[in-house]
Amino acid sequence: METKLIEDKAKEIRREIIKMLGEAKSGHPGGSLSGADIIAALYYKEMKIDSTKPNWEERDRFILSKGHAAPLLYSVLAIKGYFEIDVLKTLRKTGSILQGHPDMNKVPGVEMSTGSLGQGFSTAVGMALSFKVYNKDNRVYALLGDGECQEGIVWEAAMAASHYDLDNLVAILDNNGLQIDGKCSEVMCLGSLRNKWRSFGFHVIEVDGHNIPQILSALDEARTIKGRPTLILAKTIKGKGVSFMEDRAEWHGAAPSMEQVALALEELK
Amino acid sequence: MEQIATRDAYGKALKELGLSNDDIIVLDADLSKSTKTAEFQKVNPKHFINIGIAEQNLMGVAAGIAATGKIPFASTFAMFATGRAFEIIRNSIAYPNLNVKIVATHSGVTVGEDGGSHAAIEDISLMRSVPNMTVIVPADGVETEKVIKKIVEYKGPVYVRLGRSKVPVLYDDSYEFEIGKFSTLKVGSDVTIIACGIMVSKALEAADLLKEKGIKAEVINASTIKPFDDYSLLESVKKTKCVVTVEEHNIYGGLGSAVAEVLCQNYPVPLEMVGVMDVFGESGAPEELLEKFKLTTREIVKKVELVLKRK
Repeated sequence: METKLIEDKAKEIRREIIKMLGEAKSGHPGGSLSGADIIAALYYKEMKIDSTKPNWEERDRFILSKGHAAPLLYSVLAIKGYFEIDVLKTLRKTGSILQGHPDMNKVPGVEMSTGSLGQGFSTAVGMALSFKVYNKDNRVYALLGDGECQEGIVWEAAMAASHYDLDNLVAILDNNGLQIDGKCSEVMCLGSLRNKWRSFGFHVIEVDGHNIPQILSALDEARTIKGRPTLILAKTIKGKGVSFMEDRAEWHGAAPSMEQVALALEELK
Repeated sequence: MEQIATRDAYGKALKELGLSNDDIIVLDADLSKSTKTAEFQKVNPKHFINIGIAEQNLMGVAAGIAATGKIPFASTFAMFATGRAFEIIRNSIAYPNLNVKIVATHSGVTVGEDGGSHAAIEDISLMRSVPNMTVIVPADGVETEKVIKKIVEYKGPVYVRLGRSKVPVLYDDSYEFEIGKFSTLKVGSDVTIIACGIMVSKALEAADLLKEKGIKAEVINASTIKPFDDYSLLESVKKTKCVVTVEEHNIYGGLGSAVAEVLCQNYPVPLEMVGVMDVFGESGAPEELLEKFKLTTREIVKKVELVLKRK
């Protein structure tokens, strides 16, 4: 039941992403679609949140460190009721609350303004550290891209998360293998992400990032890990759910035409 | 005259805050003994976080802490705070308007023996150009303590520029610092000397020398560089009709530029600048370097005489 609900929500999120980008005529579909199952699991099961109280002190925090996947975050927030679903049509337009990259002061439910890669994760570490200092139970979740791991600040932040035993922090790596200029392995090889994060002191769990039971089980496991942060290495497919976008780098930052929107929505029924 | 480094005054203020304000968290990047944040660590170790030699993460973590409603102070040398971590300050602190207090020490050429790689002469310029950022350059130890306590009450990002070397104490404890308000230390009618940071005491010395020559100089301490106190500057200049700016910073982008921007748009008068003439710092004893870079009382007097001729 639970799995079915989350899968349905992931599909709904994907539909909104496609519609929104079609309207906006620019934006990032590939990396938004690849994270849909992960974000659905977080917002419909894992996180302690209340869309009617976006500033509730006890809430868990979600940071979209790969801020260019803003449509992904906007979709789930709108579907959850943080703001009206019609607002999604205003994405990237002058005067909209939905900036090209998330702005925490404009959108209810956005916990940090992100977009410049690596920085969201660093701020997530700051939040988790603050909750530790003040003995709070809030948990912090950060979604990172694999290309994003080429930024040095990611590793500075990882070192600190591990040094300060931040077991209230879960980093989720949307490992779709592609970045703007092509395959991550060809643009700037990241080597073994599993070994890198492990050697930085993280408890690493590998999952299929489109398999809801696996994602939920990894999030459960993360709660049992004490004294260190967790990294969920989620193998994903960029553009997942829309056949002509899947695993193609050119869909990193290009919006679909209205014909392509119709085709994609047909697939996402 | 009593002398105290502004960084020492920072340590003292933090120590008091560490005992009285539970919302403050102090962060450093492996320079806590130099920046004096170690003074805070002594009294409130649970609220002190060493980030290691990672200034970008220092600023990112501070932003995250601020987002949970707490008040982080992030300290390192001015070079690394505003240079190395510029874009994190810009995008994760100033853009979301988060309540982070960036207090940087070892600014300017008086960083001394460490040399040009460590002497930040661009930091005021960098911080001043970022929207939402407040920029403060205290002139002495007393003002530093007042500034640190005041910015805790203010909500929003602040950059405070401090120095390594001892400077004369100019204020007594009755002084009240207000963000965005200059303080006039000497009243005069012939020329306005507007200075910030460690150069304020030199401006006062210059005013004394000028007095002997029969020139009445008004001396203004521009401790808040942003928001700029246009009113106080214009009131003074309407009286004196000429200005000399004095700063331990590049003449491009710092106090001199800020003064020129306001005057050119509102009340154009002759202006001369004393500052670092668009060159890098170098190694040496701080006092010798001030001589070498012409950041001296003598230079201020010279520029005043020059500007008076242009009136």
